[in-house]
Amino acid sequence: MSKKSNIIEMEDVVIKFVGDSGDGMQLTGTLFSETVAIDRNDLANFPDYPAEIRAPHNTVAGVSGFQVHFGSKEINNFGDLCDVIVAMNPASLKANKKWAKKGATIITDIDTYDEKSIERAGFTNNPLEDGSMKDYNMILAPITSKVKEVLSPLGLDPKSMEKTRNMFTLGMVYYIFSRTFDTTFNYLDKKFAKNPQLIEANKIIIKAGFEYASNHEKLDTAIRVNPAKLEKGKYANVTGNVATAWGLLAASERSGRPFFLGSYPITPATEILMELAKHKSLGAKVFQAEDEIAGICSAIGASFTGALAATTTSGPGLSLKCEAIGLAVITELPLVIVNVQRGGPSTGLPTKSEQSDLYQALFGRNGEAPVIVMAADSCSDCFYAAYEAAKLSMEHMTPAILLTDGNIGQGSQLFRIPKTMDMPPINPPVAQANDPDYQPFKRDPKTLVRKWALPGTEGLRHRVGGLEKEDGIGNVSMDPQNHQKMVELRAAKVEKIADFIPEQKIYGDQDGDLLVISWGGTQGTVKTAVQELHKEGHKVGHAHFRHIMPLPKNTESILKKYKKIVVAELNSGQFVNYLRMKFPQYPMHQCNKIQGLPFFVADLLPTFNKILKEK
Amino acid sequence: MNEFNNTIERSRVPLTKDNFVSDQMVKWCPGCGDHAVLAAISNVFPKIGYKKENFMFISGIGCSSRFPYYVNTYGFHGIHGRAAAISTGVKIANPHLSVWMATGDGDSMAIGGNHFIHTIRRNVDINILLFNNQIYGLTKGQYSPTTPMGQVTKTSPQGTIEHPFTCGELVLGAQGTFFARVVDNNIKMMTDVMFEAARHDGTSIIEILQNCVIYADKSHGLITAKETKDEYQLYLKNGEPMIFGTNRDKGIRLNGTKFEAVKIGVNGITEKDILIHDQYEGDPGIHMMLAKIAPPEFPIALGVIRSAMFSTYDDLVEDQIKHYKETSPIKTVDDLMLSGDVYEIK
Repeated sequence: MSKKSNIIEMEDVVIKFVGDSGDGMQLTGTLFSETVAIDRNDLANFPDYPAEIRAPHNTVAGVSGFQVHFGSKEINNFGDLCDVIVAMNPASLKANKKWAKKGATIITDIDTYDEKSIERAGFTNNPLEDGSMKDYNMILAPITSKVKEVLSPLGLDPKSMEKTRNMFTLGMVYYIFSRTFDTTFNYLDKKFAKNPQLIEANKIIIKAGFEYASNHEKLDTAIRVNPAKLEKGKYANVTGNVATAWGLLAASERSGRPFFLGSYPITPATEILMELAKHKSLGAKVFQAEDEIAGICSAIGASFTGALAATTTSGPGLSLKCEAIGLAVITELPLVIVNVQRGGPSTGLPTKSEQSDLYQALFGRNGEAPVIVMAADSCSDCFYAAYEAAKLSMEHMTPAILLTDGNIGQGSQLFRIPKTMDMPPINPPVAQANDPDYQPFKRDPKTLVRKWALPGTEGLRHRVGGLEKEDGIGNVSMDPQNHQKMVELRAAKVEKIADFIPEQKIYGDQDGDLLVISWGGTQGTVKTAVQELHKEGHKVGHAHFRHIMPLPKNTESILKKYKKIVVAELNSGQFVNYLRMKFPQYPMHQCNKIQGLPFFVADLLPTFNKILKEK
Repeated sequence: MNEFNNTIERSRVPLTKDNFVSDQMVKWCPGCGDHAVLAAISNVFPKIGYKKENFMFISGIGCSSRFPYYVNTYGFHGIHGRAAAISTGVKIANPHLSVWMATGDGDSMAIGGNHFIHTIRRNVDINILLFNNQIYGLTKGQYSPTTPMGQVTKTSPQGTIEHPFTCGELVLGAQGTFFARVVDNNIKMMTDVMFEAARHDGTSIIEILQNCVIYADKSHGLITAKETKDEYQLYLKNGEPMIFGTNRDKGIRLNGTKFEAVKIGVNGITEKDILIHDQYEGDPGIHMMLAKIAPPEFPIALGVIRSAMFSTYDDLVEDQIKHYKETSPIKTVDDLMLSGDVYEIK
């Protein structure tokens, strides 16, 4: 059936599906990514959607997108610029043409380019006619009319017919990448099981799209992306938010501590709450509280009873939880606080990502209130980071803040599924019944960790609370010397966790001209930029931090080994200032972006090169 | 009448007051009503009979919220307004605990109002002692959400211009299943009502009309003073007529859609005209009227005003977990992670 005359092979491809919020772009992208996953490509997906549910039709504000980066090589980011864009209408073209590579293939529905829609999209002239798209391989497909033409004999209503437009484009891209329909057809069979006519209509349209593309003179080159050499094992395509939920559940199972979540819905963290709410069969108790404060306070209550307790939120929600985090600090109870960062301040950019809550995580409390701060570096790492945050929090009896972000939280990646038993063991310091030596704030001399005495246990009745307590015995104490001692003990306890976390690793050159430092969800892109510098012959190392409070013990010895240091982050310099505070003797450059967007390699390289060149 | 919840393990040995006496110095002001509440709690806990380790006391911030330090149970002194949220987490996570909460009019009806109403709405099985002294005591005398309108306080030097909450009205408006009111100078009444609260499945609110000797002394004076209390206290007993008065010759009857305080023997009124109290009635109509009546036209209703049976949040959590543990093929996290679309690389 293929009339393709040329085949080009590509290591990786970035494709983005964009349309109105109701055009089904999230579904189209998901179906495409499932197909490439079945075909053994590595991949990363990134949904890009507006803060409104259904913004006005055919406006830039209402454009929803889904980007798939897949390849035969390791895919560690969502991709910079697109090789293929599917744009369902003028507004989505307007909003996304800036993301197209020069020469990119852009499929768009020519039937939607009437005068009114072109104007509503914000174009002054018809972009398909004024020469502004001349650098691209424009595929002007009459999708709306084709869909009507093909489906009219089936007697479908016009609305149902229009809803299959996305499937026509899916058929087209399956042609371009020589993919089969099996995975998508299976999905349709399940999704519309009660409506065989819709199954039929969608399948016909996918085939029609494929057929249309195969006859299109400007689509005579097929793109081949070979299977990736993935490590043996079982993989699932999971979002960072789902991975976070699984990591918490795994930590609960491995530690033997029942799981409790107290949370309040907030974009872009809600999917963690939604995922955990499904798993009652694992005994997970999930409480949707009346507000953010009740979310964390209920979790603190649950923690006191011996649960692995967590609360999940995003920036503004973390602000509301600050006072209660202090309570967990002073009561020395384990608690995992997951903050899926978004653009701030205030409501800010709810559906866009940023790394601007680091200060809040480190310092956002009254009094001296140190907590563990960790950051997940990818969608998959959300699982491991959530597990580790829970482990450290329980074993060291102190709250842990896990920072992820909207990009890795809502984006997805192939996740190699681990076995829970292969995860490191978790041994919470639960006090034994009738322990004659038990005191609420008696500490392990090595770790300074107090015991977790669970209500209901004989012989351990005690009280904790927000008032300062006397070390050891745990009575309320306003004694000046004791307060200083307790402040110092709580800080030292958190600092000592550095003995229980891995040393900081360096990717690339272990010493040299430039050390690139990053943290959190930017790992993949920064690593790719460092690889580019290596290709250009530079001696560059990359230190990507997952542990921020405490820092890995070898942090300073790493800083020493390079002539220059640059810290790249999606804020105006929060991690770099934290490092400057800790290590003032090392001058540090910075590379920042605060646009609600991920880093692109193209954002990083010019800055890195400039720093390398400077004397 | 509901029996004691059998999810909480009972003590095998009889307990006494002494089992609950804390070694901490009680630092409430001399003459404060809180001392009597503490006495009532140490009376009632042994009577309730759960294992002493299964009691848990939680509080927010305020004078009354020091309570957990003064009773020997597992205790958690929280932050301002959040005790209901902390208690909710405790009870959901461990339904085998008897959860008690101490809070005040400011802690629960101002800063913690949201948690208070939602805890009541969910009917989480916790027992809330709400010390209502109509003032902020620990911060030294500012008006609270229950301070009577017009009262001069440190922050209302010209008198408050706010309509106060009636605690019972708020509780019943939030679909409360148990509401009782007691006075702090009647330890026997408090003990009996606390016992009933413990027996009730769901959120039990006991409003304690408590006297702050320093900043709002005698704010409940008319109700509690020896000379006037019999005229102004209607101590409700389930199944008994709503009779009050020094000579027990006054009662409450329904006149049209309203309550009327009447004298038995006058204008042909007999005891048969007097309303019979039914605390277990599901419809909150009469309970709401009882919660609202107040001197001088009426006595104040004391005792258990409402104790209705509805499902509790914590029971429903356990039911769902039991059901899905039995029916779901996902028994472990490994099962879960392999339950979706899985791609295998061999």
